[in-house]
Amino acid sequence: MKSKRFEALAARPVNQDGYVQEWPEVGLIAMNSPFDPKPSIKIEGGRIVEMDGKTRADFDMLDTFIADHAIRLGNAEKAMAMDSLDIARKIVDINVSRDEILDITLSVTPAKLTEIVGKLTIVEIMMGMTKMRARLMPANQCHVTNVKDNPVQIAADAAEAAVRGFAEMETTVGIARYAPFNAMALFVGAQAGRPGIMTQCALEEATELQLGMRGFTTYAETISVYGTEPVFMDGDDTPYSKAFLASCYASRGLKMRFTSGTGSEVQMGYAEGKSMLYLEARCLAVTKGAGVQGTQNGSVSCVGVPAGVPGGIRAIAAENLIAMLLDLESTTSNDQTFTHSDLRRVARSVPQLFSGTDYICSGYSATPNYDNMFAGSNWDADDYDDWNIIQRDMRIDGGLQPVKEDDVIKARNKAARALQGMFRELGLPPITDEEVEAATYARGSEDMPNRNVNEDLKAIEDMMARKVTGVDFVKALDRAGFPDVAQNIYNMLRQKVAGDYLHTASIFDKDFHVYSGVNAPNDYHGPMTGYQLSEERWEQIKNIPNAIRPEDI
Amino acid sequence: MNFDENMLRSVIEEVLKEMGAASTAPAAKAAPAPSTLQAGEMTLADTGEAAKGVAPDEVVIGLAPAFGVYQHETIIHQPHSKVLREIIAGIEEEGMKWRLIRVFRTSDVSFIAHDAAEYSGSGIGIGIQSKGTTVIHQKDLPPLSNLELFSQAPLIEMDTFRQIGKNAAKYAKGEAPTPVTVRNDQMARPTYQAIAALLHIKETEHCDRDKKPQAVTVSFK
Repeated sequence: MKSKRFEALAARPVNQDGYVQEWPEVGLIAMNSPFDPKPSIKIEGGRIVEMDGKTRADFDMLDTFIADHAIRLGNAEKAMAMDSLDIARKIVDINVSRDEILDITLSVTPAKLTEIVGKLTIVEIMMGMTKMRARLMPANQCHVTNVKDNPVQIAADAAEAAVRGFAEMETTVGIARYAPFNAMALFVGAQAGRPGIMTQCALEEATELQLGMRGFTTYAETISVYGTEPVFMDGDDTPYSKAFLASCYASRGLKMRFTSGTGSEVQMGYAEGKSMLYLEARCLAVTKGAGVQGTQNGSVSCVGVPAGVPGGIRAIAAENLIAMLLDLESTTSNDQTFTHSDLRRVARSVPQLFSGTDYICSGYSATPNYDNMFAGSNWDADDYDDWNIIQRDMRIDGGLQPVKEDDVIKARNKAARALQGMFRELGLPPITDEEVEAATYARGSEDMPNRNVNEDLKAIEDMMARKVTGVDFVKALDRAGFPDVAQNIYNMLRQKVAGDYLHTASIFDKDFHVYSGVNAPNDYHGPMTGYQLSEERWEQIKNIPNAIRPEDI
Repeated sequence: MNFDENMLRSVIEEVLKEMGAASTAPAAKAAPAPSTLQAGEMTLADTGEAAKGVAPDEVVIGLAPAFGVYQHETIIHQPHSKVLREIIAGIEEEGMKWRLIRVFRTSDVSFIAHDAAEYSGSGIGIGIQSKGTTVIHQKDLPPLSNLELFSQAPLIEMDTFRQIGKNAAKYAKGEAPTPVTVRNDQMARPTYQAIAALLHIKETEHCDRDKKPQAVTVSFK
């Protein structure tokens, strides 16, 4: 006989997820592995000669890079001598300031960072995030993609996402050669929806840099670093080449962050028998050592790996906290599907959403997941109202707000028309009125007519050969009768010259003012400090259109 | 290439027959049934270092280190022998030639495909991992770019592999084919990612950084 209760349980979404047992010898373990190195440091003649149990002679290229560039030596021996438990307790102690914590955590090794956060429960990790996040106010980022790479839909979805509150937007491609159209559609759509949104297109790194330099994008985050040497080498890369790439962006005034996450090394088969969290701590040290302002981390696209092993979701929150302990902008994933279970996916986002991070999702899918070309996000367009109501329930700012249907339709239509005009002025394959109409009211690409893909790809090749840049978008939009969108694009391009948004954890308001960890630092030190919802912002968050007003009865 | 024309013809006929059978089946993406690989469906043999091709009418297929030797089916239990036959049939249908190499220096599918493209006389290569992840590459593109990428192995079924072969051949002929429709299922990761990690660890165990691509012959039974 079979139990009917077990039969019902077996059919639950949570039991369609894949789980595996720990295998510490190959690194299939989230954190606290018996094979992780013990923290240690030895400094001679102003140089680290031993780190985490290895002498300099045995360093691999990551160790060398970290030892030479990532650790503040002045306070290192003192910080390393402190008990990790004491440091962990300081992190949750409201009487110890963020700056005091940074004095310690910027001076320790990856094994020490791993040991410190290993002492914290999930709630303590959240307290740590609340205090250690770089920017005062949290924000959110979204994905804007679709399975057809339809640029009109991208522009409309970006405009809607802008009205809903996102501070950054990211696109990518189904077909790599479509990248320039996707990038320009996102740029135009975002600026048509709300001025001051940063946009990027996730691609192969050289192409991504090229699009940035030509003014198709305003930031970049798909610069991956890894925690072991063989995985770096698998991508023909080193920490030094990544640092060089970072400086290419900086020299062109483009905001950028690295990306890394637990599980990537074991996913690629080269974890060297270390826990996912220890290897991620090495990635974050490389990020810091390269002088990069921030990171997208939190397992990201490898989330199915830590999520499949015990304690994996705690490890993901712990790696976000390590990023913050290194004073990096923390862009905290929550951007990839990892479960069939709605309960699990909410629980996974609680630490970042409730504590607030610089970018809670990186990104939230601004389309239904069937159109999400990052292989699906943990949150999608069909969850907008859930997100808004969770904000309202908990009185938290998750970066979004409820919107009116009319406003969204107007924004979507304007973005689609602006792109239509820009395409016409740039001599690109026409966007028909039918496409504009469809994009205005679409839920996803199933509602969009097909474009002639080959014609688009040919036009893209020609456009790139013609050396079209962001300045041409400005001119074309102005000629097409969208001077306000042209002005916004122009203002974003100008930011690359000003460079203020290269500071840690930057966002823009609609007047192009930068808020970052420098001019709006997180000063949380206990109840009623740090970021507090203003009355105005709370009004925005709490007023959902479907709440009954008592005076109406 | 020790693979004569009669053999090829019979392979193609068989594949066509299977295609016919498949087309009468419901098109829904039913969960693929677990299949046991029958031993001896395909024999792969390394025959020494591969040569760089000069024939402009060839497509090189680069196999990951464990493909068909230590692992015999994709993550959704598609037998490697059938996968390879579909890709080959797709290339043949376009009247192009094919050649197999095995890449040892990496298990990264993008680099495997790029190596295959570099060894290919036409400059077009296909890279395939044991778990089924596949890339169509061109030798002048950056290694981590691609012509077409099929990153979600659990969604690649037999008709897609055939289309991949066809499109690779079309690129080799200098045509601009419509890219094979990319499938997207956000629930592939929750179900498969941890398993994919295991399969990839087991693929990577067979890498040899110092070994050059090897020529491979195949015989199907």
